[in-house]
Amino acid sequence: MTGSGTVSRRSLLKGATACAAITAAGGFRIVELAMAKSPEDAASSLVRWGMLIDTEKCASDCDACVSGCNSEHNLEGMGRPETDAQWIRKLDITDNQTGHVSSLPMLCQHCENPPCVDVCPTGASFKREDGIVLVDKHTCIGCRYCVIACPYKARSFVHENLHNQKSYSPRGKGTVESCTFCVHRIDNGRTPACVESCQSDGNGAMVFGDLNDKASEIAVKIKSEPSRQVREDLELNTGVRYQNV
Amino acid sequence: MSKLEHFRILKSDDSGYRLFIILLTILIAVGYAAAHHMESHGHWVSGMNNQVVWGLPHVFAILLILSASGALNIGSMSSVFGQSHYKSWSRFSGLLAIVLLVGGLIVLVLDLGRPERLVVAMTHYNFKSIFAWNIFLYSGFVAVVIVYLWVQFQRSLNHYVEPAGLFAFIWRFVLTSGTGGIFGFIVARELYDSAMMIPVFIVLSLVLGTSVFLLVQRLTYRWSGVALETETAGKLARLLGIFVALELFLVMAFHLTSLYSAEHQGVEWFILSDGGLYTILFWIGQVGFGGLVPLAVIYAGSPELSMRRILVASGCAVVGAFAQLYVLIVGGQAYPQILFPGKTVQSSFYDGVVASYSPSIYELALGVGGVSLSMLGLFVLLRILPFLPDNRAG
Repeated sequence: MTGSGTVSRRSLLKGATACAAITAAGGFRIVELAMAKSPEDAASSLVRWGMLIDTEKCASDCDACVSGCNSEHNLEGMGRPETDAQWIRKLDITDNQTGHVSSLPMLCQHCENPPCVDVCPTGASFKREDGIVLVDKHTCIGCRYCVIACPYKARSFVHENLHNQKSYSPRGKGTVESCTFCVHRIDNGRTPACVESCQSDGNGAMVFGDLNDKASEIAVKIKSEPSRQVREDLELNTGVRYQNV
Repeated sequence: MSKLEHFRILKSDDSGYRLFIILLTILIAVGYAAAHHMESHGHWVSGMNNQVVWGLPHVFAILLILSASGALNIGSMSSVFGQSHYKSWSRFSGLLAIVLLVGGLIVLVLDLGRPERLVVAMTHYNFKSIFAWNIFLYSGFVAVVIVYLWVQFQRSLNHYVEPAGLFAFIWRFVLTSGTGGIFGFIVARELYDSAMMIPVFIVLSLVLGTSVFLLVQRLTYRWSGVALETETAGKLARLLGIFVALELFLVMAFHLTSLYSAEHQGVEWFILSDGGLYTILFWIGQVGFGGLVPLAVIYAGSPELSMRRILVASGCAVVGAFAQLYVLIVGGQAYPQILFPGKTVQSSFYDGVVASYSPSIYELALGVGGVSLSMLGLFVLLRILPFLPDNRAG
């Protein structure tokens, strides 16, 4: 304001910018709320998401699932393999007695009784109603107890600053992370990026679906064909199962 | 006659004392700077990685926490077990327990990925987690020992010393069980996942607490002129010998039972024979320095233990306990996780291979900073309140 009661150009611009910012912020909030799922569409325990991996179709030299995951979540390495995060990795397995070699992707097994959730002191590691195991990045204190407790070596600790994060897949230095089953895609009726990549660029070794839906491809397959869990002795009832291993 | 007359504060204007306090302050500052560096740059600057996520700071932190729990034992011996010759040192024992625990906790917190979220840890609890229980057990321990000290200081409350001492004794027992449980409840790691972790940790806390007490009271003597009488120190050292022998027995029982089952033989041979540094630390550090040397020093030779022999035995026991925790914490993570028994596994994520871990200077500085914080806290509080027995009290 000037001394004579008139509005200066600078004050006017400031006020206009502030109004625009408030309006825009409010608008975004309204759009965000409008796009939010209704309580009826929330994750339900009637669903149990799962994955079936046929190791006979999984080629040792194929890492389509890993590339798909890294690209989806922008898991770019820092050139430090010991500290770089890996949400999914390829394992080459050789039987010590027979010499038989197989290859498979290893990721968070989304256990029904996840040890990572049990040991987390703050409850940051949690399991959704539909069986997806996630980490709340706001309450993870980075104690890394879950990394030690995971029998599948599926968790990574973020060792450094991150850049170019995807809005749907937030990450944070000093917190722990692992495969989310691409929960952002599942909630929009899509399959995880690794499965999509395996279908399009790999050998179609991965099937994803609702284990509780008796008519789903995955439920039909695990009922009619043999499959196993990794470390089934721990009785964690994993959501990820393997064939021919 | 007031009870307080039998105790005194530490009065020293000795230049060595001042230098010691300055040194501790510098080490604390360096430790904090190291923690800040690791936090601001991320933990990749430390020695840890995605295979070994608990490194040297955890070894220091658990060493301090176990020492804290064990240091209270000297107080318990008078208030719970009626050993009156330790009574004049029970205040010192309580104070030592608190400062050691705080030092250990500070190291743990500063090594978190997000230490600024301590408030989250204090407000969000998952009671299925032994870690969450430990947050209560550790903070409760400080409160319980403060009450124990208060009833000792306040003459009108002296008749509560025994129940307060008993409660503190039980609390510290549960606390150490909780610390052992951190490892005992882990099914994913070959070396952990054993209920034996709980007694192993309880006895290790008695070894550590007794030896740290013996060492620190002697350090205090430098500037206070007050020390345990050699005869009492000798009794305590012989008790230390029993704890050391018991710990050796438990460790032997743990490894032998583990060796008996084929599924654990891989990790057992790793620790006992093929583990390189971990094997050396086990045999020379844990069994040698931590077990056989203290036993020989205490029990071989004249039954009249000199202060020199007592201090050598105590120092070796602490070195051995450090090695033991390093083997357990770091070695337990370095040994590859078995996802497919009977198969050899390879990956870009170091599956199937022994993980590497080289402690960084930052982690060492953080650990030393925690020890220094405990000592600074001790020597500052010794100047403020009469924790030390007066010579006249014996």
